Amino acid sequence: MGNDVLFETLLRLADNHLILGHRLSEWCGHAPMLEEDLAMPNIALDLIGQSRALYAYAAEIENQGRSEDDLAFLRLEKDYHNILMVERPNGDFGHTMLRQFLFSSFMVLFWERAQNSTDKVLSGIAGKAFKESQYHVRHTAEWIIRLGDGTEESHKRMTAATAALAPYIGELFEADAVDQSAISAGIIPRASDLRGAWETQVRSVYAEATLEPILDHQAQTGGRIGQHTEDMGFLLAQLQYVQRTYPNMTW
Amino acid sequence: MSDQNEIPLWEVFIRPRNGLSHRHCGSLHAVDATMALNAARDVYTRRGEGQSIWIVPSADITASDPQEKDANFEPSESKIYRHPTFYEVPEEVGHM
Amino acid sequence: MYSQGLIGADSSSEETPEFLAEFQKRIDREEKIEPNDPMPSGYRKTLVRQIGQHAHSEIVGMLPEGNWITRAPTLRRKIALLAKVQDEGGHGLYLYSAAETLGVSRKQMTEELLSGKAKYSSIFNYPTPTWADMGAIGWLVDGAAIMNQIPLCRCSYGPYARAMVRVCKEESFHQRQGYEIMISLAHGSPEQKEMAQDALNRWWWPSIMMFGPHDSDSTNSDQSMAWKIKRFSNDELRQKFIDATIPQAEYLGLTVPDPDLKWNPEKNDGKGGYDFGAIDWDEFWTVVKGGGKMNVDRITARQKAWDDGEWVRDAALAHAKKQTAKKASATLAAE
Repeated sequence: MGNDVLFETLLRLADNHLILGHRLSEWCGHAPMLEEDLAMPNIALDLIGQSRALYAYAAEIENQGRSEDDLAFLRLEKDYHNILMVERPNGDFGHTMLRQFLFSSFMVLFWERAQNSTDKVLSGIAGKAFKESQYHVRHTAEWIIRLGDGTEESHKRMTAATAALAPYIGELFEADAVDQSAISAGIIPRASDLRGAWETQVRSVYAEATLEPILDHQAQTGGRIGQHTEDMGFLLAQLQYVQRTYPNMTW
Repeated sequence: MSDQNEIPLWEVFIRPRNGLSHRHCGSLHAVDATMALNAARDVYTRRGEGQSIWIVPSADITASDPQEKDANFEPSESKIYRHPTFYEVPEEVGHM
Repeated sequence: MYSQGLIGADSSSEETPEFLAEFQKRIDREEKIEPNDPMPSGYRKTLVRQIGQHAHSEIVGMLPEGNWITRAPTLRRKIALLAKVQDEGGHGLYLYSAAETLGVSRKQMTEELLSGKAKYSSIFNYPTPTWADMGAIGWLVDGAAIMNQIPLCRCSYGPYARAMVRVCKEESFHQRQGYEIMISLAHGSPEQKEMAQDALNRWWWPSIMMFGPHDSDSTNSDQSMAWKIKRFSNDELRQKFIDATIPQAEYLGLTVPDPDLKWNPEKNDGKGGYDFGAIDWDEFWTVVKGGGKMNVDRITARQKAWDDGEWVRDAALAHAKKQTAKKASATLAAE
C-alpha cells in the first residue's frame, strides 16, 4: 500500500467531518431553544476539530508542502471526497438531528474499531473521536425519540426526514478499491461489517420514536470520487470565499 | 410559571472533581430530566468544569422564607459555647 | 457583550420611605440581595429591565458574528469564532436565568424582545460586511463590554453578580481572539490592512456609544449607582476604555477615526488620558429607535428561529407529558 491510499483515506474522513461540521455550524444562533444553541456548536466543534486533526495528518503524509487549511479550503469541488449525506442542506431541526444521528451512529462503530488501526496516528484520533461521537449519538437519539413521538406535526416531519435521508444511507457502507486497500492494510475497519450493529441501534431508536425505518432505499452515491449534489457548490462558495477572494494571504 | 406550555426550569449542580461536593452553578430549561442532564453537560461543562452533574426541577426546591431569617438563624449566633474559642485551655497544654 | 446604556427603565418604588431607607442601609453595608429578599419594586423593575436587555444583547449579538462562521478563512479561526458565538448564547442563558429569579420567565422576555418592547444593545444593529469585522467586534465591542461587565461582578443583586462572574471568566478569550485577527490583518497585505482600517472606522464610534449617554443626560444612572447595580458612571468607563484602546490601535498601526483625539496629561487626576471628539448622539438614538441598517433583520432572524422552533418545543413537551402519564398509570396499576 502506498502513501496515496492513506492520504485518500484520511481526506475522505476529514471531508466528511468538515462538511458536516460546517452544515451544523449554520444553526448557531438559530436553534429552537437556547440550550440547543449551545449543544449544536458543541457537536460542530467536535466534528471540525476531528477534521483538523485528519487534514493536518493528511498534509504530513502527502508531504507536498500543503497545510491543513490548503486541504480544507483550496480544492476543487470534485476533489472533496465526502459522502453525500453530510452535504445535504440542513432542512428543519428534525432533519438535521436525524442526519447527525445516522452519521454518528455509524462513526461511533467506525471509531471504536479504528482505535485498533495499524496506523498509530489514526488510532489516536479515533480514541478521542470515539468518545465524542458517543455523546453525539446520545444527544441526537434523545431528540429523535421526542420528535418522532411528540405531536402529530412532529411525527409527520420526522417521517419526511426519514424518507429524505434514506437514499444517503447506503453510501456509508460502500467500499471502493481505495477503501479495500486501506481495509486490507488494517488502517480502517470494513464499513459493511458495521452494518448489523448500526441497524440494531437505529431500529431501536426509530421504534422508540414510533418511526417506520427506511434503511434499504436505493443508494445515491458518488461522493467518494467527487460527484456531488448541487448543494455542494454553494457550500464551498461560502467555505472558500475569503481564501479564494484574497489568495495567498495569512489570516 | 404555571404556563402549561412553558418548558420547565431546572437547577444544575456540578461536582468540579472527585473529593468535592456538588455545587449549584446555574439553571436551564429542559422538557425532562434526560434532556436537562444533556443540556447541563452542553451548557455548564464546556471548559472541563465538571466530573458529575445533578439536576433538580426548580419547582421541587423548598426554600426557607427570608422573612423568617431572624427567627431561623439569629438564635444560633448567640450560642458561642458551640465554638472552640469559648473554652479556655492554658497555653502550656499546646494546640487542642 | 453588552451595553451599559440602560434604556427606559422605571426605577420608581411604591414602598414606604422607612422600607426604602432600610433597604438602602443593606446596600450600603455591601450586603448582597438574594431572590426572595424584600426589595423595592423599583429595584426589581430596574434589574428585570437591565438583566433582560443584557441577555437579549447576548442573543442578538450572536447574529452579526454568526454571519461569518461559514466563511471564516482558516480552520483555527472557524473553531474560535464558533466557540465564541456559542459562548454568547451561553451568556444569554445565564442572564435569562438570573432574571428568572425575579419572577419573569424566559418565554415572557423572549416575547418582549420579539415584540420590540424590550431593547438590546444597539451595537448589534450594525452590519458585518467583511472578515475584519470579526476582528473589530472582538477587539472593540468585547473590549467595551468587559469594561462594563467587570464591575457588574460586584453588583448588589446576587444572581446577576454570580452570572457575571461566569461570563467574565469565559469572555477573557473573546477580546484576545478579536485582537489577534486584527494583528493578522494589520500586518498583512495592503488589502488586508485596508480591510482592518475600514472595520475600525465603522466600529469605533458605535463602540464608544456602547457606554451609553453622558452622565449629565443619563436619567437612571444615579438610582442605579445608589443601589450598587452600577458601580461606575458611563463617562468614567468610556474614558477608561479609550485610554486602554488607543495604544492597542497604535500597535496595529491603524488610525482611530477621531481627529480630536489628543493626549491630555491633566486628565484622570494628573495621570493623563485622552481627549476625544463629540459623539453623534443623533445616530445613537436613530439606531436605538430602529433606524439602524440591521434592526429589522436582527429581529426577523430571532422571530424566525422562535417560530421555526415551535414544533420542536411543542413535540418535546408533548412527549414529556405522555411519559409522565405513562408512569402515573403504571404506578396506579401496581397499587
